[in-house]
Amino acid sequence: MALSEKDVRYVAALAHLELTEEEVKKFLPQLDAVLEHMQKLNQLDTSQVEPMAQVIYPAAGTPTLRPDEPRQTLSQQESLANAPEPGAGCFKVPRVIERE
Amino acid sequence: MDLTTLSIDAIHAGLLARQFSAEELVRATLERIERENKAIRAYLTLSPERALAQALEIDRKVRAQEPLPPLAGVPVAVKDVLSTKGVRTTCASRILERYIPPYDATAVERLEAAGASILGKTNCDEFAMGSSTENSGFFPTHNPRDLTRVPGGSSGGSAAAVAANLAAAALGSDTGGSIRQPAALTGVVGMMGTYGRVSRYGLVAFASSLDHVGPFGRTVSDVARVLGVIAGRDARDSTSADVPVPDYWVALEADVRGLKVGVPDEYFNGLSPEIGDNIQKGLDLMARLGMKVEPIRMLHTDYAIACYYIICTAEASSNLARYDGVRYGFRESGADDLREMYKKTRDHGFGAEVKRRIMLGTYVLSSGYYDAYYRKAQKVRALITRDFLEAFDKVDILVTPTSPVPAFKLGERMDDPLQMYLADIYTVTASLAGVPGISVPCGVTRSSPHLPVGMQILAKHFDEARLLRVAHAFERAGGFEVA
Repeated sequence: MALSEKDVRYVAALAHLELTEEEVKKFLPQLDAVLEHMQKLNQLDTSQVEPMAQVIYPAAGTPTLRPDEPRQTLSQQESLANAPEPGAGCFKVPRVIERE
Repeated sequence: MDLTTLSIDAIHAGLLARQFSAEELVRATLERIERENKAIRAYLTLSPERALAQALEIDRKVRAQEPLPPLAGVPVAVKDVLSTKGVRTTCASRILERYIPPYDATAVERLEAAGASILGKTNCDEFAMGSSTENSGFFPTHNPRDLTRVPGGSSGGSAAAVAANLAAAALGSDTGGSIRQPAALTGVVGMMGTYGRVSRYGLVAFASSLDHVGPFGRTVSDVARVLGVIAGRDARDSTSADVPVPDYWVALEADVRGLKVGVPDEYFNGLSPEIGDNIQKGLDLMARLGMKVEPIRMLHTDYAIACYYIICTAEASSNLARYDGVRYGFRESGADDLREMYKKTRDHGFGAEVKRRIMLGTYVLSSGYYDAYYRKAQKVRALITRDFLEAFDKVDILVTPTSPVPAFKLGERMDDPLQMYLADIYTVTASLAGVPGISVPCGVTRSSPHLPVGMQILAKHFDEARLLRVAHAFERAGGFEVA
């Protein structure tokens, strides 16, 4: 097995996931099996291939930029309507800055 | 007359002839949902007021003899990954259990503008991640053809609703097969257009370079009707294509004789006869219809699962970073600081499969692994796309199985994610290349319990009209019931 429990915890921390011990033990072999399957791509020589980030099709160019004009967006009330903890027109969160 | 089994054209004709009203149609479908959804569990949320308000407006148009829009009175279901203004949109995730969007997805807006009644939101795998709808954060959906089996996924609720006449048509989303595979497993028609054919605005993002919105229907004609309404450029999705939308329905009737059908060897190696025999019979039928069936090679097919699962998990890990308990959705209480709040919220809000994919995506993008996994996969994606472009220089369409297996038992495959991923082999290739695909019924398995088999037809970019034409000719010649 190439992946370790330490790797699983490291990746979970990067992804802001707090895994239980049980989850770490369950995910380790599952993730390891998938990552091992992914190694299959190394059988291919891709040194002469350009990476493809988006679907490319032989059609007329799509305008990806629109004029930069002011538009009506969601109101403050609409924007806050789904917030778990709105307050004073803001999204409230727990303490961010350490106190002395 | 059973109003819940009508085609879109029959609905249109019936409304014009005043055989029934749009209100009667919607009420009949809601009553059927009331009776039968308990066993199937296709829906997560119903929106009867919204559906009825639309129906009353259609009935007013009928009385006033105003022209009826193309989907007038058609009761439709919408997968719960598409935003509906004022109607809860959960992505089948606990983390969005109480989320109420302030706007409609473009596809939803266009359906309603075309006269359709939105009955409700359908179940799916959480954030569309899965192939069985068992990864829903709420409950699994059951296959109407056999309630002990899965309907496929991730759009299993939409497929089941259409198969069980709990909606006349439905919207789903397809990232690696999530419309085509459940269509195959429930015996209905499901289609993914070219990447960019249908706007993704308001579709909750899973893997943005692969996500599509598309229709389910009981006939090819119904799917053509719905696709024609939802397709086309939308300024709110910069990847939506500025390519004219032909009249797909008119295109159905054109001749199929002489069309070249490519059958890629790689899609049939090791395929079980219970699927392969039906596809062969389907191909024989196409030959009898005057199409030229010939073998073709697609050399990089075997690498598609690895390529797809690197790219889709990478994009998912980035897209799902937004669920942090701040602006919307669930927040776990009791955290002392911001970082702890993020972690607790995400750990309690996401299910196992979503966590696995976020972790895989984070891993393949992490420092030291980016080139080996993510960049490598982007290069292989180019090779897989090249396979398709070269194939379509030689043939007009490709025919393959949609899924290597028919509907499996609930719970049977939950503990082995890799095995579940490998079963997506026939659908992820077209997703990576961005070409359109449709799954149509192709008979049932020979042995009991005689489960639906799906045939996938693929065409080149923006050739949806030809795809639908071939599928329609296949349906009319009895292809859905080959035996």
